[in-house]
Amino acid sequence: MRKLIPLAALGCVLGQPALAAEWTHKEIADALHSIMEADRTVYTKLIVNRLQNQEKVIKASEHWKDDKALVLPAQMFRYGSEAVAEKGAKFSYSLLSLWPVNKQNNAKTPVEKEGLEAVLKGDPYYKTETLGGKKYFTAIYPDKAVAKACITCHNDHKDSPRKDFKMGDVMGGVVVRLPIQ
Amino acid sequence: MKRFAAYRIWALWLAASALLAAWFAWAVQTPGEQSVFMPGQTTHAHHQIEMKCATCHGEPFKGAEGIQQACLSCHAAELKAMDDSHPVSKFTDPRNAGTLAKLDARQCVTCHTEHKREITHPAGVTLPDDFCIRCHAGVEKERPSHKGMAFTSCATSGCHNFHDNRALYEDFLIRHGHGDAAKSAGVVRERGLKEFMVYMDYLDGEPVTAAEMDGRVELQPTPAVVKNWEHTAHAKAGVNCSACHQVNPGKGGEPVWVKRPDHQVCAACHKPEVDGFLSGLHGMRLKQGLSPMQPGLAELPMKPDAAHKSLSCTSCHGAHTFDTRRAAVEACLSCHDDGHARAYKASPHFALWHEEVQGRGPKGSGVSCATCHMPRIEYLTPEDETRTLVQHNQNDNLRPNEKMIRSVCLSCHTLQFSLDALADGALVTRNFMGLPKHHVDSIRMALEAEKRGQARNAASGTAGDEE
Repeated sequence: MRKLIPLAALGCVLGQPALAAEWTHKEIADALHSIMEADRTVYTKLIVNRLQNQEKVIKASEHWKDDKALVLPAQMFRYGSEAVAEKGAKFSYSLLSLWPVNKQNNAKTPVEKEGLEAVLKGDPYYKTETLGGKKYFTAIYPDKAVAKACITCHNDHKDSPRKDFKMGDVMGGVVVRLPIQ
Repeated sequence: MKRFAAYRIWALWLAASALLAAWFAWAVQTPGEQSVFMPGQTTHAHHQIEMKCATCHGEPFKGAEGIQQACLSCHAAELKAMDDSHPVSKFTDPRNAGTLAKLDARQCVTCHTEHKREITHPAGVTLPDDFCIRCHAGVEKERPSHKGMAFTSCATSGCHNFHDNRALYEDFLIRHGHGDAAKSAGVVRERGLKEFMVYMDYLDGEPVTAAEMDGRVELQPTPAVVKNWEHTAHAKAGVNCSACHQVNPGKGGEPVWVKRPDHQVCAACHKPEVDGFLSGLHGMRLKQGLSPMQPGLAELPMKPDAAHKSLSCTSCHGAHTFDTRRAAVEACLSCHDDGHARAYKASPHFALWHEEVQGRGPKGSGVSCATCHMPRIEYLTPEDETRTLVQHNQNDNLRPNEKMIRSVCLSCHTLQFSLDALADGALVTRNFMGLPKHHVDSIRMALEAEKRGQARNAASGTAGDEE
């Protein structure tokens, strides 16, 4: 009987759903990305593509303040990422590409270079990397052209290195980094 | 006996040490007595408040984090407003760890160290002039046009700034490069003070006349004061003596009459203006609870007879006259005595101002000291609506001087002329008498970059390929 008590306790623990603290880095990164991707798609489709490309009510512009225009989807994503960083969050994320309009969004670390190539096939890519002496779990997710606005803007931009994007193409990747304690 | 003498020496030493420690402890907490702790002269920006160590060092001394918070407590809003090109978040991102190792821009003091006057460049920068190269050494690979340019020229030739590039970014240059015709009838935007007062429900009183003044007994105004006041917007808006001179002491006490109300009284209706004043070199001492700034404390040349004037709202606006035209020129020139100030009255800008004041020039066509140094800017109301008010922080658009382009110069001048003129230091000192001898090449380069982009688009057949 005495032996059964600890066994019963173990059974209770194992039987419970995994606590957040027990999530793997991959699961946390996947969860964060699912929110990012959903919000990004909603903004691109329901705000930018609808108002600019379909209803032609207002344009989206890189210089939205001067042009009194909508913020570009890539900027929307970056401003969110900067706000998260300003709050002191432990994780970070960014939108990168092998063909970025803004050169700063080019692959920089070896993992980014390998990952952005890998996600062209359509599946996420996971790896650990050490940056500035700290170890990170880095997840890279394919970022696809979900609306006409994505491809017209990138194909026409004077600073865009690639001008033949089509709907559904993987145009870049969302990089999510979690520190490994 | 000898042994006793040795004790006495030790006792004397202890007493002297205790006295010294007590004096240091007193001095470090006493504003005005802290000069003994000053490790070196502070910059032009902060010398007025250097005797209040805790302003920058935190209270009590909180180390690097405290200093960073102190920087941001005064400068965060302007960094946000200028759309900072190098925000802290860029350097905290792990993917930029390499960049961070080259330049730790998470801390303001990495580039703007204080107490190092001997290595301080304009705008309080204490890094060598080639700091851009630390991270942008390979710029010519992306921009072949930049090949061979001097490594000190990025930020010194009128092309780039570390923080504020609102008047320098490529598409802005391109846009102005296309439509750069001179503006023959330039005027500055109209001030919306009255509109703002109405909006804030401050102008809800009936006009008051001299007969209805409610502070005659308590304040004993001279006939000149009465005459001045009854012609002001204050009298017309129902702002009686008591509105400014009767101050509520708080804690339920009876209002008391004050002979000389301070800036906080003005702030009851003019808060954006007073906030600006307190943020600039004119009011920053008051903001820190120190005595008012006096021209005699300034580093710029000032008129000797103005040395002991105390700066407040009324030192420029004049109590009971509140003449904004006087505040825009004569008030400035009653103290400022540097080359740029002395040259003003012979400048084309003053000629235009003179014509407007005389009623011959169109409204907004004159250029006063305030036109450039206290420009009319868009201000956000508490409900996020925009109104045009005067920026009373004279430092807001001063350094680097390209910050002045959007808020001021472009009202009348082309972008090319503005860039050239502001990059010509001698011309600035002459208060813009003559034409710029410096030429900033950035617009030409931006237009060429645009052409190259169009050629690439044409080659790939995507130009104008919109829905």
